[in-house]
Amino acid sequence: MTTAPVATATATERLEVRADSDVVRVRQLVRAVAQKARLSLVDQTKLVTAASELARNTLVYGGGGDVEVELVTDGRRSGVRAVFSDEGPGIADLDLALTDGWTSGSGLGLGLSGSRRLVEQFSIDTAPGAGTRVEIATWSR
Amino acid sequence: MPAVAPETLAQTLVDHAPTVRAAWLDAAADELRGRTTRGELEREQTDIYDALVDGLRAGGTEVSAEAFDQLRGILADVSAARARLGFTPRETAVGMFALKEGLYALAGSPDAMAGLVPLLRLVDDLGLFTFETFASAREAIISEQAEQLLELSTPVVKLWEGIVAVPLVGTLDSARTQVVMEKLLNTLVETGSTQAIIDITGVPAVDTQVAQHLLKTVVAARLMGAECTISGIRPQIAQTIVALGIEFGDIRTRATLADALVDALREGRRSPAGVTA
Amino acid sequence: MSDAVPILKIGTTLLVSIQVDLQDDTALQLQEDVAERITRTGARGVIIDISGLEIVDSFIGRMLASVAAVSRVLDARTVVVGMRPAVAITMVELGLSLGGVRTALDVERGLALLAPEHESAEDVLLAAAEREAR
Repeated sequence: MTTAPVATATATERLEVRADSDVVRVRQLVRAVAQKARLSLVDQTKLVTAASELARNTLVYGGGGDVEVELVTDGRRSGVRAVFSDEGPGIADLDLALTDGWTSGSGLGLGLSGSRRLVEQFSIDTAPGAGTRVEIATWSR
Repeated sequence: MPAVAPETLAQTLVDHAPTVRAAWLDAAADELRGRTTRGELEREQTDIYDALVDGLRAGGTEVSAEAFDQLRGILADVSAARARLGFTPRETAVGMFALKEGLYALAGSPDAMAGLVPLLRLVDDLGLFTFETFASAREAIISEQAEQLLELSTPVVKLWEGIVAVPLVGTLDSARTQVVMEKLLNTLVETGSTQAIIDITGVPAVDTQVAQHLLKTVVAARLMGAECTISGIRPQIAQTIVALGIEFGDIRTRATLADALVDALREGRRSPAGVTA
Repeated sequence: MSDAVPILKIGTTLLVSIQVDLQDDTALQLQEDVAERITRTGARGVIIDISGLEIVDSFIGRMLASVAAVSRVLDARTVVVGMRPAVAITMVELGLSLGGVRTALDVERGLALLAPEHESAEDVLLAAAEREAR
């Protein structure tokens, strides 16, 4: 499979990320949608872990924001797409932020770089002062 | 040319059903001789014809219309069944396209003339739809078989109490190595084994990616509390590993499966409970 | 605020069984609680059972590694037990390690792993006294 599937969304759910407990809620929502999309257990676990990292980034570095999770389908396969957005300070040096072990805060510096490895599709849109928007997706096999 | 109302098309099909159906059945039966019986074909065509008439009556003009949901369902079932039975794409599509023979038989009837072109066009679309569903059914079968083959080619065996092994044979690609990894780790939990052996005697070559997967398996096993040995590394593979600069670090490697088993037994006796991750 | 994770004491071992999806502040609280219980009870070992955890992300991974490190300073050994295969695969892919912590398949094996070093103060004194007497 060389081309990315053309996705149509069937249901979208939105959660605010303002507190620690919201990160847990994001994990639960992503898990539920991943099960609906019939992802394998390992793919579910990878996706939920990536969502957890990104939701925490939204909270800690973005100063809060929101997450949209949707079940998508390209006709043959189903998948999960999640978008994390905040209106925080944004990321000045994206290449650096995507490097293992680099952190501007007190974390391990695996949030962005690590979660990119855990999902099938990963894209990030950010600029200093303009907030950050990360979109991830994983498809059933 | 003014568009002909779908209801009119439905009426045409109903009025001329005997003529159209007879020519359709003849044409299809001719093509599919030996593959399916005439009776079966007739039953199938009745379902399709009725659904087509119903869809037109419900106002359907395009194959993708909601009115044709039932018809598309029937066609998808027929195509999928044919794909499973090993029909060729031609044999599958011809069942639908043969309906055009039935429609040509109406060329002499003045009351049917107006509806002929739109009906023929519709049949073309239905034929293409049949072809499409046949192709995706075939694709599904192929990936199903690939998966089964993958499962079959990676047996995880219990060698001893607390020791499991997976003998790998053939070329390893990333997908297969990942399946092995998952299966091995699951077996550790199921059997309560603290020692695992991955034997690659039957693997002709290892590239960087596969080596990475093997390393990841070992690290994942340690996180779970089990130790993993890689055995059966041929001289060429050892050379590749070194040449590629892959760091095997503190990962246990043994020349043969027998060596690995002896070591696992020894290790199992010395520290039966767990490992350092 | 979610509930704190219960810490049980079995002999000289503390058993921490994480059964719910951990919120970050709960994880931090747990880290403090374990250290406090080790000093209070003189425990020599800590078993953290994570068989109930569906994911271990960098935050929880770091918590596990710090519990182990803090325990080591307080002279207690930590064993993380029951990690699910899917969680282990994900952790490796994420690039997380537990920084040299001991691991075992389940609580029973975790206890066995800690057993040899499970000598109580009395055991040591009695053994010394016996040697003295000989």
